[in-house]
Amino acid sequence: MDLRFIGAEVSEGEREAIHAAVPAAEVVEVDGRVVRTDRTSLRHHLLPALDAVQSAIGYVSEGAVDEIAHRLHVPPAEVYSVATFYALIQTEPRPPVVAHVCDDVACRSAADLVGELGDRDDVVASPCLGQCDRRPAVFFQRAGSPDLVAAPATASEVSSVLDGAESITLEPTVDAGPLLRRVGRVDPGSLDAFRSTGGYVALARAIEMGPEAVIAELETSGLKGRGGAAFPAGVKWESVRKQPTGPKYVVCNADESEPGTFKDRVVLEGDPFAVIEALTIAGFSTGATKGFIYIRGEYPLATERLRTAVAAARNAGLLGDDVAGAGFAFDIEVRRGQGAYICGEETALFNSIEGFRGEPRQKPPFPVFEGLFGRPTVINNVETLINVNRVLTEGGETYAASGTPDSTGTRLFCLSGDVARPGVYEVEFGMTLGDLIERAGGAAGDLGFVMLGGAAGSLVDASALDLRLTFEDARAAGVSLGSGVVMVFNTEVDMVDIVRRIARFFRDESCGQCVPCRVGTARVEEAVSRANGSVEASLIEDMDRAMKDASICGLGHTAASVVRSAIALGILGEPQ
Amino acid sequence: MSETVSIVIDGVSMAVPAGSTILEACRSTDNDQPTLCYLETLTPVNVCRVCVVEVEGSRTLVPSCSRVAEDGMIVHTDSERVRHSRKVVFEFLASSVDMSLTDDATKGWMDRYGCDPTRFGPQAGPVADRDHRHAGHHHAPTGDTAETVSQPVKVDNELYVRDYSRCVLCYRCVEACGIDAQNTFAIAVAGRGFDARISTEFDTGLTDSACVFCGNCVGVCPTGALMFRSEYELRNAGMWDSDRQSVTRTVCSYCGVGCNLELHTQDNRIVKVTSPADHSVTSGHLCIKGRFGYSYVQELGDLAVTPIDEVLARARR
Ligand SMILES: Cc1cc2nc3c(=O)[nH]c(=O)nc-3n(C[C@H](O)[C@H](O)[C@H](O)COP(=O)(O)O)c2cc1C
Ligand code: SF4
Ligand code: SF4
Ligand code: SF4
Ligand code: FES
Ligand code: FES
Repeated sequence: MDLRFIGAEVSEGEREAIHAAVPAAEVVEVDGRVVRTDRTSLRHHLLPALDAVQSAIGYVSEGAVDEIAHRLHVPPAEVYSVATFYALIQTEPRPPVVAHVCDDVACRSAADLVGELGDRDDVVASPCLGQCDRRPAVFFQRAGSPDLVAAPATASEVSSVLDGAESITLEPTVDAGPLLRRVGRVDPGSLDAFRSTGGYVALARAIEMGPEAVIAELETSGLKGRGGAAFPAGVKWESVRKQPTGPKYVVCNADESEPGTFKDRVVLEGDPFAVIEALTIAGFSTGATKGFIYIRGEYPLATERLRTAVAAARNAGLLGDDVAGAGFAFDIEVRRGQGAYICGEETALFNSIEGFRGEPRQKPPFPVFEGLFGRPTVINNVETLINVNRVLTEGGETYAASGTPDSTGTRLFCLSGDVARPGVYEVEFGMTLGDLIERAGGAAGDLGFVMLGGAAGSLVDASALDLRLTFEDARAAGVSLGSGVVMVFNTEVDMVDIVRRIARFFRDESCGQCVPCRVGTARVEEAVSRANGSVEASLIEDMDRAMKDASICGLGHTAASVVRSAIALGILGEPQ
Repeated sequence: MSETVSIVIDGVSMAVPAGSTILEACRSTDNDQPTLCYLETLTPVNVCRVCVVEVEGSRTLVPSCSRVAEDGMIVHTDSERVRHSRKVVFEFLASSVDMSLTDDATKGWMDRYGCDPTRFGPQAGPVADRDHRHAGHHHAPTGDTAETVSQPVKVDNELYVRDYSRCVLCYRCVEACGIDAQNTFAIAVAGRGFDARISTEFDTGLTDSACVFCGNCVGVCPTGALMFRSEYELRNAGMWDSDRQSVTRTVCSYCGVGCNLELHTQDNRIVKVTSPADHSVTSGHLCIKGRFGYSYVQELGDLAVTPIDEVLARARR
């Protein structure tokens, strides 16, 4: 491939940022020409390179695109193509500090910060920032300084951070069970503290038992994925373990961008070593020597703690060529997302790591056969992974005794909106929705509706309070626990406005690849915007059916679910 | 000996070579299916979804153009679910994109499914900002009109124009410019969601981009979004008339590779050059010389200037 560059000058700052992010050894230059042309081997540095320039300079200029293109041997049109896929990457000059002000479903009923701040070029509206428990939330991108979060935020605080001040964020409310026992109690920066509170016991046990026994234990435990699809974790691990040849990969999905979800953030901020330990066990059990943790870009604190923890584990010999002296190699790389909900979809996430647009792949093939870099891959949600530590510590049988037979263990629920004590609640499967809301202090005001499972889930009303929160009860009731979202709206909330915001979310977050979702999300939003007192129910049903049947991925399949439930509940007016 | 798999399509059992797609299996009998993004000479991207079929046991419909037939599969290509999804997908397309120059087969499928693209409301007019939209941000609609990709035509060179109001985002041009043929990578998909678009880096004009003007993207475009300048000018002048055109197959005279050319002529003037997709040398792809270097043919001798010549001369002004 013979690349043609833009011919724009790169600044010193841009060059430094790019060179620091992209290992030089991978590029061989002779007389100013790039002679190494293996695209795939370099391409996966693309997103880190864009992130480096964006973080240092505040936007990615033509000169920076040229420099990245040159260094990674990726055509400039493709660098631009990837850059413009992500909401946190800018390709036009912008103020050095920019506030992404959440106006999504939890935050918008708490305050109208976007309105209060007025029309300024350093304030942009943002989808859910995963801080719904301390609404309203704001995320700041600051060129040359670390990004940060303010939650809850006021308009005047936002203004002062835009002028250079730091911000304060409340500690999260956590109602802990076995999974969250360290969060808020044990120093997340201390490996010693982790070890003295039961940390790395599970890995030791895994090493003692061997891969087959670990997976057998997981299968006994009945552990199912917490990322939305409830797929049995043991089955996934076994499929990858059985693949005869490496390399294989294990990936922790920490993209957590489903509106209303913040449990993974609380885990990552409060107990990062637990995630590292679990991913190490996944590597050991499947034969993968490399793990990735893909964390959403709007989680600067969790990212920093995770990176610190990975370094500490490596220093202590718990990652590296000979993990814990047990004779196997495993290491972890933390990758940062750049503002794209769709990158939580597993195959989009792989493409994102590989340096391509975060467009989901058509399945089959499934990740256990062809995942990251086309290799067998286990991908699990953060919460799924930390359950593995518990399974191995307690034993699969003991674990399986908690919860219900088909939904074993505990679940992290994200309570937000109009509840007395928003936060993460760890409860055994089987508690009713009503009891869970009571556990969080009950509804603030009169309960109107609850968003269950997330924006890809559904709205329910008080008649659902008796629903037992298990996978099987949810399925029978035609709803989904999704990512554990329980967002309460009291009777004061303008629900039509909420439904419109959700439709807007999917219109913004569709990757745009396939027609039913790319156009369907726009048409659904238009139809919902027209629904003033009467709703075109059959038109929306027609669209939803085609989106569910013909879209490539789960985003399109579920994009109209909340809207459909809102129609059924009469929120959007009389059917037309 | 290649292995075969047995599948049942619309009640008809058949054995097809292992590795065949469902679409190939369908087309091996007379059971044709609609396709838009699929092209024999390109890697399937399975994005348009007009070819979806029902496979028993599968939760969702599957794209027939890329899904490989498996032994024992039972496929329905004309079930209510299939017809419904195809109808709505075509309606989504036609409500947002100008499909007036798309092939007759596609229009036939749309008629067959009873598509009514107007049911989402009146189409919104053209906008000029599509190349500058930010991922994750759009202006909330009123719902009074149905958003479209309508926008000004990009005319920045003498050889071809880009009318993205007609773009269905099938990715064919990107593939033809990239790994499937040209390996130039001048264009890619930028942006996200409904704002996704085909773009050079920073939307720079083609003459400033990596484009080498092979015209291979034009050759694969199914909707007329990419159009040779000659055709574009003649259409604008109301003079393009495919009924009066003839096609002459010849071999390119520039080098020794032996690319076959199809010279499309109208009133004894070359108005377009293509290459047969099934030609073993080109797979339908050419270089700038074979594609555009034909004017010398018409300058031989002292031909009188025709109205077509006058229109074509506009492209060079
Ligand atoms: C649009 C979309 C977004 C998703 N986002 C996430 C996410 O942020 N975190 C996550 O763990 N799973 C997410 N998923 C589910 C993943 O594709 C995948 O099923 C999950 O990571 C598997 O992990 P598990 O088996 O542990 O649940 C998403 C799926 C879709 C369709
Ligand atoms: S369903 Fe939506 S998000 Fe998923 S691949 Fe299609 S366009 Fe992209
Ligand atoms: S003319 Fe050729 S090089 Fe230019 S964009 Fe089209 S395919 Fe690419
Ligand atoms: S310009 Fe043509 S070939 Fe390219 S994506 Fe659009 S419709 Fe397809
Ligand atoms: S942080 Fe605002 S809705 Fe989640
Ligand atoms: S032709 Fe199969 S998805 Fe486009």
